[in-house]
Order: sequence, then C-alpha cells, then structure tokens
Amino acid sequence: MTPHGDAHPRESAPATGATAGDLLDKAPGEAARDARRGGPDREPILEVRGLVKHFPLTQGILFKRQIGAVKAVDGVDFDLGHGETLGIVGESGCGKSTVARMLVHLEEPTRGTIRYKGEDVTKLSGRALKAVRRNIQMVFQDPYTSLNPRMTVGDIIGEPYEIHPEAAPKGSRRQRVRELLDVVGLNPEYLNRYPHQFSGGQRQRIGIARGLALRPEIIVADEPVSALDVSVQAQVINLMERLQDEFDLSYVFIAHDLSIVRHISERVAVMYLGRIVETGTDTEIYEHPTHPYTQALLSAVPVPDPGMREARARILLSGDVPSPAHPPSGCRFRTRCWKAQERCALEVPALAVPAEFRHVSGPAAHDSACHFAEERQIVPGDTGGTGDAADTGGTGRTGGTGGTEEGGAGGGSGGGIP
Amino acid sequence: MLLEVRDLQVQFRMREGISRAVNGVSYAVDKGETLAVLGESGSGKSVTAQAVMGILDSPPGRITGGEILFQGENLLTMPEKKRRTVRGAQMAMIFQDALSSLNPVLSVGDQLGEMFVVHRGMSKKDARARAVELMDRVRIPAAKERVRQYPHQFSGGMRQRIMIAMALALEPALIIADEPTTALDVTVQAQVMELLAELQRELRMGLILITHDLGVVADVADRIAVMYAGRIVESAPVHDIYRAPAHPYTKGLLESIPRLDQKGQELYAIKGLPPNLMHIPPGCAFHPRCPRAQEVCVREEPPLHRVSAGRGSACHFWKETLDDAAR
Repeated sequence: MTPHGDAHPRESAPATGATAGDLLDKAPGEAARDARRGGPDREPILEVRGLVKHFPLTQGILFKRQIGAVKAVDGVDFDLGHGETLGIVGESGCGKSTVARMLVHLEEPTRGTIRYKGEDVTKLSGRALKAVRRNIQMVFQDPYTSLNPRMTVGDIIGEPYEIHPEAAPKGSRRQRVRELLDVVGLNPEYLNRYPHQFSGGQRQRIGIARGLALRPEIIVADEPVSALDVSVQAQVINLMERLQDEFDLSYVFIAHDLSIVRHISERVAVMYLGRIVETGTDTEIYEHPTHPYTQALLSAVPVPDPGMREARARILLSGDVPSPAHPPSGCRFRTRCWKAQERCALEVPALAVPAEFRHVSGPAAHDSACHFAEERQIVPGDTGGTGDAADTGGTGRTGGTGGTEEGGAGGGSGGGIP
Repeated sequence: MLLEVRDLQVQFRMREGISRAVNGVSYAVDKGETLAVLGESGSGKSVTAQAVMGILDSPPGRITGGEILFQGENLLTMPEKKRRTVRGAQMAMIFQDALSSLNPVLSVGDQLGEMFVVHRGMSKKDARARAVELMDRVRIPAAKERVRQYPHQFSGGMRQRIMIAMALALEPALIIADEPTTALDVTVQAQVMELLAELQRELRMGLILITHDLGVVADVADRIAVMYAGRIVESAPVHDIYRAPAHPYTKGLLESIPRLDQKGQELYAIKGLPPNLMHIPPGCAFHPRCPRAQEVCVREEPPLHRVSAGRGSACHFWKETLDDAAR
C-alpha cells in the first residue's frame, strides 16, 4: 500500500466502490462498450503529436506585414483508440474547435503530425488525402447554418457520394440515403423536404446522417448538441451512442458541457488557451482532478440540486481568459491561478504524470500539466456518497461534500510526501 | 406583491395563422425574491417577460387577455407616458446577448450615463461620474479608464457586467434577466451569477430569471415556474421541485440530465418535439410526449392543481407523478 493510499482510506475506498456499482448497473449490451474502455492500451486509430495552428495577424493593406499570430492551438498531443470516445472540453477560445477542424482537414496545421493508422495525414495530398478524408467525417455545432437551405435533405445527405463516387454506385444512392434517414430515426420519406421544415434536433440528425454517409471510422463532433433544447439533447446523445456501437465508430466529441462529455466519453482532455492541461479517463478527470483549471471548471458547473447550494465549495476564478495572441509565459493558466508562483512564469509545465503521483498507482496518477498538481475532489455526492453507503441518499450527499473539503485539504498535505 | 401576472395571453399574428405564444400565465414575484422561469425554446418564457417589460414586438404580437400588476397598478391599462417612467427606472431587463444589446457606436460610459441624463436629468459630467461608480460596483477593473471604451473592447463576461450595471443604474425594484449567462463560459457564468445574486440581496430587488438551465436554477432560485407551450405546468419552491417533481414534463427534464450513475446507459429522453404554437395539441399540450397520458389528457386541459402550499401542477395525474418521484 502506498503512503498516499494509507493516508486517505476515504478517498480510495469509495472509488473502488463506485466501479463495482458501475459494473453491476451495466446492461448486458454495455459489456462490449466496457471492453473497449481504457484508451492507451488499445491500438490507436489517430495519433496527434505537437499539433500547432497559428493564425497570422497582419498589418497594412498593400504590403501586408505579419505583426504576430493568434496561437489558437499550440502544441497538442493525444491518441484516439479504435472504438473509443475522446471528449475535449474547454471554454471558448481554448482551441478545441480548431483542433477539430484540423483533424478533418478543414484547416492546415502550422506544425505537427496527425497520424491516421500510422500514416501522417498532414503530408498527404491528392488522391491519398481524399481516401483518408473519407474515413474522418465531421458533425457540426449549428444545425441551422451547416445545412444548405436550398438543397433537399436527400441531396444534402447524398452529397458526399458526389465527391466520393466510389462509395456508392449511382443507382443505389437514393436507397442509401433512405437507409441513412432511417438509421438516424427520421422518416425515409422526408428525402424531398428542405432543412427549414425540420426542428433543430431533427436537423442535427440530418447532419449526423451526412457524416455517416461514407461509412467513416472516425467522427469528429464539434458541440453537436449545444444548440439543442434540453429534452432533445438526450435524444441526440442516445442516437450517437447507438450509432457508435452499430457502426464501430471512434468519436472525438468536443463540447463545453461537462456533464454530457462525461456521459459519453471514455477519456477526456481539458484544454486551456491552446494546450491540453489535463487528460485521463473520465473518472480520473472528474473525480480526481489534479490541475487547478480543471478543478475550477468542475466547480463552476451549476449542480442541478438546490440542496448542494450551501455545501459546495466553489472556486471562483478571477478575470478572463487572456488573448491567445499574447499568451502568458510559462504556464498559461498562471494569470488566473491561485497557486501561481514564480516558477509558473518561467517554466512551461509538461503534460505528464506529476512527480508526486508518479509512484502512486491510482486515479490521481494521470497526465496533468501543473507544477503544483494536487488532488482535489470537486464533483460532490459521488465518491463521498458511496463511502457513506449506509447513509440515506440525502445525508450521504451532504456527507460527501464534507469529505470533499477534507479530501482537498488532505490531498494537499499528502501529495507533497510520497 | 411586487409583480403579479394574471392569466396573461399573448398571440402573434403570422401569415400562416395565429401563434398562441402565451396562454394564461400567472405568476408573482415579491421583493428580494428570485423566481426562475424555466422552459425550452418556444415555451413562451421570454414573450411573457417582454409583455411585462412592455417591449413586445407589436405587431405581430398582441396581448389578448390578462393583467400585469406592478406594485398594485395594472401596467396594461397605464398610459404609455407613465409606463415609460416605470420601464428602466423601476423595472429593468438584462438580455442574453450583451453585444447586440449595447450600442456599438457609443462608449459604455455614454450608454450608462444616458440612464441618469434621461431619467434623472443629470448633467453629462455627473452622469459620467455615476457611470464609473456603477462599473466599479459590478467589479469591472480600471473603471475610470475603461468608461471611455466601446462595447467591442470588452470581453463577453465584462459586457454582461455592463448590462447588469445598466439594469441596476436606477436601482429598480424588479429585474428581469433573460438567459443572462447562456452565451458565457462556465467559469465566467459562475462569476456573473454570483455578482447578480449578491447585488440582488444587497438591494432587495425582485428577480425574474428566465433560463433553460436546470443547474443555474438550482443555484439561485427561490421559486420555479416551469413553462410548456405557453402555460405554466408546474410552479413550486425550488427544493420541492428537485426532490419530487409533480409534472411529467418537469420530471422528464430532470431525468434527461446525465448523472454519474447512468454512465454507459441510455439517457432518459422525452420523446417527440415541442409543439408548434399554431397547432397546440388539444387537452393537455404535453400529452403527445407524456408517458402517463390517458384519454382524459386529450379531452380536458388540466387546471393548475394545488399540490401543497405554494405549489401547483397542471397535470391530471399529479398525485401519481409525485408518488412515483418520491419512491
């Protein structure tokens, strides 16, 4: 047993309890999903290394001079396993959408590699590139502007076949489109209707059907449900999960809604100002965050339970996200971080398992780009609640938050002495 | 009671027909109280607020019935001249999209100061000084320098603070905030909601918070009114509704939020779509999507049944729903 584990029996015990509970709850059909969990050990279908995108800032009209660059994405690494869902979360301007656009080749990376099945996509062109692009498709955020209002639904979903005619012979396309409409839960007879005749949720289904048309292996979904009403969001999330099992898809799921990302993802990457600050399995990120930004982000999410109002420990960040044209030196989060010290301004923290957790096995030992990483439990009512299993639901929850604060303070002192 | 809306009805006359946006809404807000009006798009939550503020697009919008009592006086029968003195000074509104609600060609100082010039007859110089005070109050750093800047020079969170400052300028008794943080990031949303709640406590204002976010509601509201197809389907103190909803629609909304123990399972989803307001289903408007619907739901529109003190549910089967939720 590690010293860390000894010092905090409350933290480790509930965690195992939660996993056991998870397994019990699983319906038989979920077993396949479960087997595919845990990213790094399975064969990656997509490997991203040192991805950078700088948008030049220019001055002058006739003689344009570059005076700087918006560093939208500044060195991002991640893997996507086969059949896995990787969630990318972050606030606006953190570069998550730019990453998505580079993955589907809508944006040319300034530097870095994107390997699809071992082949560097960024170096490809012509026919070879086209073949790869067929396998990586995108679902866009706004179902109102991403569908051409002057095309029928059948033409929209069938358009990918115009570009990749080898995907379906001409005669069978109409039929394929009908099947796709059926697959996403729309009436196949709607083929001749126009986008304006559909609601937001239905339009997003059309967008998904278009993404599926070429039977891709990877779907990059950029905020696919954030424009939808709450009651419709759940429908679309369920659809995406069903399609993943049915068509053996790998997802890169980008969103700012942390609870939805947690629900759908096996692994989560948290981005801030062009970099990934913390990455790990959903449990590692949500229940054992070690990066202060992740902790602040999680604590800022409103909890739909008025009973938690007083009990929650909120971390209120001061100020706004700095401009990506002039990111702070060293750690980019330091200007808003309550732990920032001199070292943070001088040294860029690497995305790796922090030194104090390196010899500890447990959910806290995951990649986190912070010089002063320490574990702190933010999401209430889960770990603590399971720990006090004997309690009734209500008190268990409050008990959980008590544990949260203790856990935060305890983690601080324990983290330093491995 | 500070504000009382009674049986309000609003229609929009469109080319395709009449859209019944609000169909008999009643709610009340007292001093220092926060009422959250919760609903999806098209539920009539914003239209109700616009009617209260007197900024309904008219035509095509038209108030066809009901009354709006503000401090005992019916706003709907008040002459426009008098109503103008109420709007802005005694009740103010905060909009979702601060960038399009602020004038891009006037400095924020001019826009804030305008409130004092128009309503209080101050000189421009005094008004500018008050503008700086206000910006300080909503914690905009370096207010003195930034008062000269234009809206595009502020970040989203700061712009929303300016909107709040503008609403607070004349210390109104009632503030209506229509999705004030929907366009903001979560960390900024937390800052802005905290600020709004604090100022409300300090000034003992009534606050109507219009939102679709069940999390934000749980954080700040005292009471909730849930709207669906232009009606209030459930109205209750905040703790009751989250503990045990008494309407299947509220229950469905609460259950469709992903929870930790549901990982890997299907999310509960309310089937179907919100109705077209030109063709609201007969009887209970929610019946085509309701898992509990019976024949009576198609025939009879349920009244707002009294569930307990200060709590109502417009469902024929509210008892069963409540029992179900308690289990």
